[in-house]
Amino acid sequence: MLEKNGVPSKEQVISCFPESSILVKPKAIIECYQEIPCNPCETSCPFDAIKIGVDINTRPIVDTSLCTGCGICVTKCPGLAIIVASILNDKAIFKIPYEFLPSPKKDENWNALNREGNIISKGKILSVLDSRKQEKTKLITVEVSKEYLYDFITIGCPDER
Amino acid sequence: MKKTPMLIIGGGPAGLSCAIQAASLGQSVTIVERSHSLGGQLVKQTHKFFGSEKQYASVRGFKIAELLIQEYEKYKDLIEVVLDATVTGLYPDKVCTIVQNGRYYKIKSEVIVVATGASEKFIAFENNDLPGIYGAGAVQTLMNQYGVLPGNKIVMVGSGNIGLIVSYQLMQAGVKVVSVLEAAPLIGGYLVHASKLRRLGVPIHTSKSILKANGSACVESIVIADLDDSWNPIPGTEETVEVDAVCVSVGLSPMHQLLSMVGARILFIPELGGWVPKVSECHETSVDNIFACGDLSGVEEASSAMVEGRLTGLFAARRLLGTIDNDESIHQDLISQLEGLRSGPFGKKTREGLLQMKEEGQC
Repeated sequence: MLEKNGVPSKEQVISCFPESSILVKPKAIIECYQEIPCNPCETSCPFDAIKIGVDINTRPIVDTSLCTGCGICVTKCPGLAIIVASILNDKAIFKIPYEFLPSPKKDENWNALNREGNIISKGKILSVLDSRKQEKTKLITVEVSKEYLYDFITIGCPDER
Repeated sequence: MKKTPMLIIGGGPAGLSCAIQAASLGQSVTIVERSHSLGGQLVKQTHKFFGSEKQYASVRGFKIAELLIQEYEKYKDLIEVVLDATVTGLYPDKVCTIVQNGRYYKIKSEVIVVATGASEKFIAFENNDLPGIYGAGAVQTLMNQYGVLPGNKIVMVGSGNIGLIVSYQLMQAGVKVVSVLEAAPLIGGYLVHASKLRRLGVPIHTSKSILKANGSACVESIVIADLDDSWNPIPGTEETVEVDAVCVSVGLSPMHQLLSMVGARILFIPELGGWVPKVSECHETSVDNIFACGDLSGVEEASSAMVEGRLTGLFAARRLLGTIDNDESIHQDLISQLEGLRSGPFGKKTREGLLQMKEEGQC
């Protein structure tokens, strides 16, 4: 239970995703389950695709028709609660925030982790972005099998486990 | 005796913001700060802040300190900063006694803003004085300010935002966080912070706490147990966990001591963190021309402390300068920022606490 152990239920996770047909293009997925006074996702979006409004406690809503999946909000969110997801053939491709060392490198295979911290498969690192604007939150593009669309959330260093 | 029109005690997020606001209106001020640098607790915060743009959302805490210091430097000719100086006394004639590098002296001021912040609470358990048992503030100071690891294998006691954030920072520093314990039945801080830890394999246990620590020269293991609905340990659930450090993060209490000394009215409002000075809507205490802001007048996030500091800077400057250009628009902007930060479910305690303070009658 999310309020007791930090793990959202599968239903909660799925409620944050648009229909799979929309994910042929990358879209931001926001797992912001509480009304927190916070709005950098909205103000950082260059396409006005994230709506919070005047009351900054309102939970953000993504307009998938405007979202380009650029990933700017992913590194802006102080709660690391945003990822970008897309489906390409039998693969699910994610852009995730990452704030640990060592940094993954392109073409490496890292452990793919679920929301409980368990290893679910390997994830292939497709790119690593670390521009100054990201303020030390790296944006990692990772590829896993499509079956892990609602399970994958982050990566773990393969040497550690 | 040194004299100044406006004295601010504490150069943390509230005090520094207060000074900047007052100086931006043309008021000269003096900040007295205990530590060797401005910024208070911000300097050891490595996480990105919540809030909105005006409260530096998405900027890391230590960067916010740098931005505030840059802003202060614009008004350097109006803001005097006295560092490494501890205010040891505050008297009704607005005289402060100060100890700085072994020297003891006094400053007299027309208006005083007390922004002393809050200190960490601790909990009682057997051997809680063993080396290796820290408060979360000490862990952040060692690790984030001075690059010293507090231990290698640690248990976090408390799942408020500070406990969750510091656990994440410990992991970033390479420390093994065995678990986070929370005595209450639900996680206290933002669930996004909890999820960040859980996805990296850190278990968070609610209704569980620490009973005792074992070790001779330093902590070697701890005993933890489940708690019942009345927060009593349930016999038979005890478990020994090997650690070389424990971090205690169980809340903050406002540092009202100087205001108690000067005879300001102090109220007990648990929703605001305990003993807090009674302040008016203009953040003035029951002693004329002595104001209070930041965690001292109610424990909240640093975002709120910065806005409250600016607001109190406006009120204090108004007292000294009389009329202020754009007073109404500055006031409205700051009030609406505070309302925005406090209007959600996480602001409920603060809203209830402030209401209690209001109902306590005039200062």
